[in-house]
Amino acid sequence: MTMPVETPLMQARDLKVHFPIKRGVLKRTVGHVRAVDGISLDIRAGETLSVVGESGCGKTTLGQALVRVLEPTQGSILYAGKGKAPADIAHLTETELRPYRSDIRMIFQDPFASLNPRRRVIDIVGESLRNFGVTDEREVETRVGEILRKVGLRPEYMARYPYAFSGGERQRIGIARALAVHPRLVVADECVSALDVSIQAQTLNLMQDLQEEFDLTYVFISHDLSVVEYISDRVAVMYAGRIVELSESEELFARPRHPYTAALLAAVPRPDPRGARERRRLRLTGEVADPANRPTGCAFHPRCPFATDRCRAEDPQLRAVDGRTVACHYAESLDLKGVNADAA
Amino acid sequence: MHSQTNSQPQSQPLLSIRGLKTHFALREGLIRAVDGVDLDAHAGKTLCIVGESGSGKSMIARSILQIVPPPGRVSDGQMIFARDGRDPVDLAGLDPAGKPIRAVRGRDIAMIFQEPMNSLSPVHTVGDQLMEKILLHHRMSRHEAEERAAHALGRVGIPNPRQRLSTYPFELSGGMRQRVMIAMALACQPALLIADEPTTALDVTTQANILDLMAELQAETRMGMIFITHDLGVVAEIAHEVAVVYLGRVVERGSADAVFYNPQHPYTLALLASIPKLGARRERGQRLHSIKGMVPHPLNRPKGCPFNTRCPEARPGLCDATDPRTLEFETGHFVSCHMRDPAIVTRREEATV
Ligand SMILES: Nc1ncnc2c1ncn2[C@@H]1O[C@H](COP(=O)(O)OP(=O)(O)O)[C@@H](O)[C@H]1O
Ligand SMILES: Nc1ncnc2c1ncn2[C@@H]1O[C@H](COP(=O)(O)OP(=O)(O)O)[C@@H](O)[C@H]1O
Ligand code: SF4
Ligand SMILES: [Mg+2]
Ligand SMILES: [Mg+2]
Repeated sequence: MTMPVETPLMQARDLKVHFPIKRGVLKRTVGHVRAVDGISLDIRAGETLSVVGESGCGKTTLGQALVRVLEPTQGSILYAGKGKAPADIAHLTETELRPYRSDIRMIFQDPFASLNPRRRVIDIVGESLRNFGVTDEREVETRVGEILRKVGLRPEYMARYPYAFSGGERQRIGIARALAVHPRLVVADECVSALDVSIQAQTLNLMQDLQEEFDLTYVFISHDLSVVEYISDRVAVMYAGRIVELSESEELFARPRHPYTAALLAAVPRPDPRGARERRRLRLTGEVADPANRPTGCAFHPRCPFATDRCRAEDPQLRAVDGRTVACHYAESLDLKGVNADAA
Repeated sequence: MHSQTNSQPQSQPLLSIRGLKTHFALREGLIRAVDGVDLDAHAGKTLCIVGESGSGKSMIARSILQIVPPPGRVSDGQMIFARDGRDPVDLAGLDPAGKPIRAVRGRDIAMIFQEPMNSLSPVHTVGDQLMEKILLHHRMSRHEAEERAAHALGRVGIPNPRQRLSTYPFELSGGMRQRVMIAMALACQPALLIADEPTTALDVTTQANILDLMAELQAETRMGMIFITHDLGVVAEIAHEVAVVYLGRVVERGSADAVFYNPQHPYTLALLASIPKLGARRERGQRLHSIKGMVPHPLNRPKGCPFNTRCPEARPGLCDATDPRTLEFETGHFVSCHMRDPAIVTRREEATV
């Protein structure tokens, strides 16, 4: 466990993204949606760090803040550019961000909505190249052709429009667009969620190949824990805008330390009818915490089967427990069930 | 030993579909959305229809209720619906706009969809919509209908059902809306519930609760259920019987145990292999099995077995030329594959890869 400490590729510190809630004709601010509410996170070069949690817990907002599609309300994001000292990009202007735009890229969930239907593939994929100084059209064409081949699409198709492609192919176009400029960090937001399983498998395999070939670092946002277990080195579990557990993937799945993690794992449907009949049911009731109206104490307490008075009053801080970070008062003493390999 | 109640000989199916074809005659050509489907749904049991998008799952469901969007229509086959104590009817023979099928819809056979907002009116309260539904099929006073509506909401696990009657659908979370849909569907005590991807848009946590609820209500009412999903995990959670569909055909069907633990069709095998399995911790670099290529365009159906263009076992000259027969591989377990046909492959070893 004592490996040489490398500077993380990215270090987020106390990151907050709050959206104002406006009401009435005067559009007065009556409150805030605390979508991301104090997240500190290191992203290590070359790793796949997954971010999981129910919808509304702030995964997309966090991802967008990390790639600086959004400006965080508060906090810092130290990014270590190639051969450069880490710089805080959290509050840079668009012009100041330019040198980082090709380094840090995002792949979106919806392969249909994220591609402009009126632009050809060569323009969609080539745009970033042109933006980043490739002016020679022949070179744009060559490089678009190269990256298309890398993602398993025929270069001949670059003159086509998105409608001529299937969902899986469109997601490949989205991947090609993100990778054309040789980024180092790629934030993929639910990028295989809309795909059929056979295409999902192709896409995940492709992402792993590309990671190896181009030395990519992935932040993989997903609600699908089976996919997450397969692809991740580390996993961050989010609830109501905060990280409640962060751990090496294997350990998290084998022995969750936060009741929310355990509940998520228990809810995953598994392709094993006998197991399903026999498995002990641990069910989460109640609704996801409202980020505009955070419960007192531990935000998870209204749904937590282990909650005590202490949980209702005192907000548990993230702390190191058994080689990982957990925000639960009882992380040491709870005996939570993970998933074992022989069951499926 | 796991003895499965559903592998025992079964009584007359609640719904028996044979040779169902639902086609869309488009200017560009004929789309065979459903192309000769056999299925049985039993009272008190859940039949899951599973397959990738475009395989015809929704069109099978819509065909049963004769609500296929034009120019699509049920063009062949029969769908014998036999509700306890009533004469069997062939739903395929009913006029989609006629009175008999309208009486079946909602009352005998109810349907719920993936996105409840599309089937709930945004401008009416949950209570009004439930009561309208109840009054459409049953003679009773408004007061009685209101009682029944509140009871229906309570039964699907909605807290404070009486107060909830006056809420609007947009005020509810996705999971609560899907509960309302289930309450609406069950308000008239249908004999068969068809659920088309009812949990696909929900979080796994909410999905687990909805699946539990549906199984519970089924045990209580003994209704039959046809549950459509693309998620094999969900299938394993609730299915008694499973039908795997590909390009408008059922390629394999049988009990859940047969399909999961003794799958025969190369497509079923490939599907099962391509999902990441929770708990089967990967070794670094391990790859998922993926099915090569993709589902052919519906206007470009391959000749012969629909799966032959992607099948690792396909035999040229056979699989791309003639349709495979559907054979009963073991009792209640049907497979349509040349390479599982004893008349073609004599020894079993040759068929396994
Ligand atoms: N632009 C926005 N304005 C106001 N609220 C927003 C905005 N974007 C997201 N939210 C809210 O922030 C919370 C987190 O959303 P999101 O990051 O999309 O979560 P996730 O990706 O985990 O589903 C949700 O309550 C959502 O409604
Ligand atoms: N309105 C329509 N017009 C023409 N073809 C349609 C229409 N609706 C569905 N189809 C075709 O029917 C086939 C089956 O579709 P569907 O039943 O919706 O698939 P699934 O529910 O399995 O995703 C598809 O090939 C689709 O293109
Ligand atoms: S702190 Fe309390 S309420 Fe929160 S997860 Fe732990 S036990 Fe549950
Ligand atoms: Mg999101
Ligand atoms: Mg469908």
